[in-house]
Amino acid sequence: MHIVVPIKQVPETSDVHMDALTGTMIRSGNTAIINPLDLYAIESALKLKDRIGATVSVLTMGPTSAVKVLKEAMAMGCDAAVHLSDRKFAGADTWSTSYVLSLAIRNLSPVDLIMTGERATDGDTGQVTPEVASWLDLPLVSFLSSISTVQDGILEGERLIEEGYQKIRCLLPAVVSVVKEVGEPRLPTLRGKKRAMTYDIPVWTADELKAEESFLGLKGSPTRVVRIGTPSVIRDATVVQASGEYSLKSAVSQLLDFLDEKGLLTEGGTHA
Amino acid sequence: MHDVWILAETGHNGLKDISFELLARGRALADTLGVKLAAVVIGGGLESSEAWRLIAHGSDIVYVVQDSRLEHVTCIPYSRVIEHLIRKHSPQILLAGATTTGRTILPYVAVKVHSGLTADCTDLAIEADTGNLLQTRPAIGGNIMATIKTPDHRPQMATVRPRSCRPLKADPSRSGQVVSELFETAWDDDRFSVEDIRVPEGDRVSIEEADIVVSGGRGLKKKENVVLLDRLAHLLSGETGASREAVDRGWKSYPHQVGLSGKTISPKLYIGVGISGAVQHLAGIKTAECIVAINSDEEANLVAMADFALIGDLFEILPEIQRQIEERRRSS
Ligand SMILES: Cc1cc2nc3c(=O)[nH]c(=O)nc-3n(C[C@H](O)[C@H](O)[C@H](O)COP(=O)(O)OP(=O)(O)OC[C@H]3O[C@@H](n4cnc5c(N)ncnc54)[C@H](O)[C@@H]3O)c2cc1C
Ligand SMILES: Nc1ncnc2c1ncn2[C@@H]1O[C@H](COP(=O)(O)O)[C@@H](O)[C@H]1O
Repeated sequence: MHIVVPIKQVPETSDVHMDALTGTMIRSGNTAIINPLDLYAIESALKLKDRIGATVSVLTMGPTSAVKVLKEAMAMGCDAAVHLSDRKFAGADTWSTSYVLSLAIRNLSPVDLIMTGERATDGDTGQVTPEVASWLDLPLVSFLSSISTVQDGILEGERLIEEGYQKIRCLLPAVVSVVKEVGEPRLPTLRGKKRAMTYDIPVWTADELKAEESFLGLKGSPTRVVRIGTPSVIRDATVVQASGEYSLKSAVSQLLDFLDEKGLLTEGGTHA
Repeated sequence: MHDVWILAETGHNGLKDISFELLARGRALADTLGVKLAAVVIGGGLESSEAWRLIAHGSDIVYVVQDSRLEHVTCIPYSRVIEHLIRKHSPQILLAGATTTGRTILPYVAVKVHSGLTADCTDLAIEADTGNLLQTRPAIGGNIMATIKTPDHRPQMATVRPRSCRPLKADPSRSGQVVSELFETAWDDDRFSVEDIRVPEGDRVSIEEADIVVSGGRGLKKKENVVLLDRLAHLLSGETGASREAVDRGWKSYPHQVGLSGKTISPKLYIGVGISGAVQHLAGIKTAECIVAINSDEEANLVAMADFALIGDLFEILPEIQRQIEERRRSS
């Protein structure tokens, strides 16, 4: 069984704080980490490896510095890593990113399972996963929340959707995206770290992937970002003290007046 | 010619709210462009009255693809249906909900038809001189708004955040055309199948679809206190949300989690109780219409982000809110 986990490098958010006045992010450092939601994909791949035996390859498309996240994934127990890096990839949207990832996955074949995070916390689209499946003409299991069995080339498990948990069955090879419920990601081990240190991560470029040039980077991306703005999030907070019996009653009463004015207090919800 | 399309969604109770929200979006775009608005509805057996409801809510054409093999939303057959319809009718815009359905199927289609797709838009407009669709969406945890277009590929595709706009009022006098399209056997794909659905007992949540969400965090202190939150949510006909701290402690299940690694929601009212308002939490509620904070700490981030904040002990405030709401309802 060969599992490929595409992971993305994203800016760290915990060294970020809010500017209370403008409501924007102030970034103190510039540390890049593994997309936190991809850790769950790595974890589920490693769980399968523990359970039924598998080789787990991680893959990232990104700048030279992105090699760091591949090493981290190997320290957690992944067996192999490939870095897709080329100036020509720069500025790719999800359509173009998924194209390059799909070429790399073809190169790694045979592949039984491709496991990704639900979405990347920077771009926040969750589109790359279904798009990879589409390029490869593979079935897709999005929002997978648990795996009950992987046996005889069939995956059974549950998807988390609006209506509840959907029990599904899918033939391998397939592409899945996992949600947080699959399990708490493990920590790197000493053995893993050592292996990561000595492992020479191959870099694949557009030429090596025999990529169609017109599908790459900014030029190959159907979408264009035309404007970036900061949302106006300054809300004029009415701040009311609610302690002590009198102030509690009057504060709550002010809140209810405020909600009532906005029509948010109607019985039976606001649908009526 | 080159109409505006929306992908309608159905559930066991027929058409879902998102379908009507999409029609409102699509109607505005179609009117600006001077073209027709069509709804695509795929499923296993839809009441014909449902197609007319789509027309009453703004659609000019309804493409209906019904087949018993399409009962469950499955990525490949649904994508093939949509791909076929796109090739046949060449719409210029295709919108779907940023739901598990839209987020699964539209990207699959985007690759097949070689066009761009923008996720989770909260604003859509037509650029005056080019007629291109301007798709605006929050990114990086809601800290920036990016406007994106797809200048050279058609259809221009976008998923739209649920609850980010209101449906139009139904107008039963509107007329429209219902077009049935056949499902071809070759489009079926048995590699993926839905076996069953499990709805956790008493815990059916869909905080993305709720108008009002009452969320609790570590300030609730222990699991037994979550009932205070549930009561208020119930009283307001809303749903209960939670911070990651509350979910990690097992006070609420993961589907309730709001934020960066949980759900992004746009309710009309968000009440954060005993939640500090970490950036990762705020990422999930930036587009809420109205935010109320209940916190003992006046300096908490969520207080700064709120429209209305009560500073005090939640264990005093929640019961008082309940008491006063009941009192108001009795006397009205
Ligand atoms: C990669 C990453 C992803 C994350 N994703 C998410 C996410 O999706 N969602 C999320 O929520 N968090 C997320 N977090 C965690 C986030 O950083 C915070 O740790 C979390 O939101 C804090 O939860 P909280 O507000 O409940 O707890 P705290 O920050 O501990 O806040 C508790 C609040 O309760 C108040 N309080 C205490 N007692 C009372 C009382 N009696 N009455 C009134 N108020 C009281 C306190 O003043 C305080 O403000 C993420 C973190 C990382 C690193
Ligand atoms: N540049 C990339 N390299 C490798 N994997 C990626 C990349 N971008 C996205 N992914 C994968 O696709 C998932 C969805 O990402 P996104 O569509 O960008 O939100 C992520 O969780 C990753 O698993």
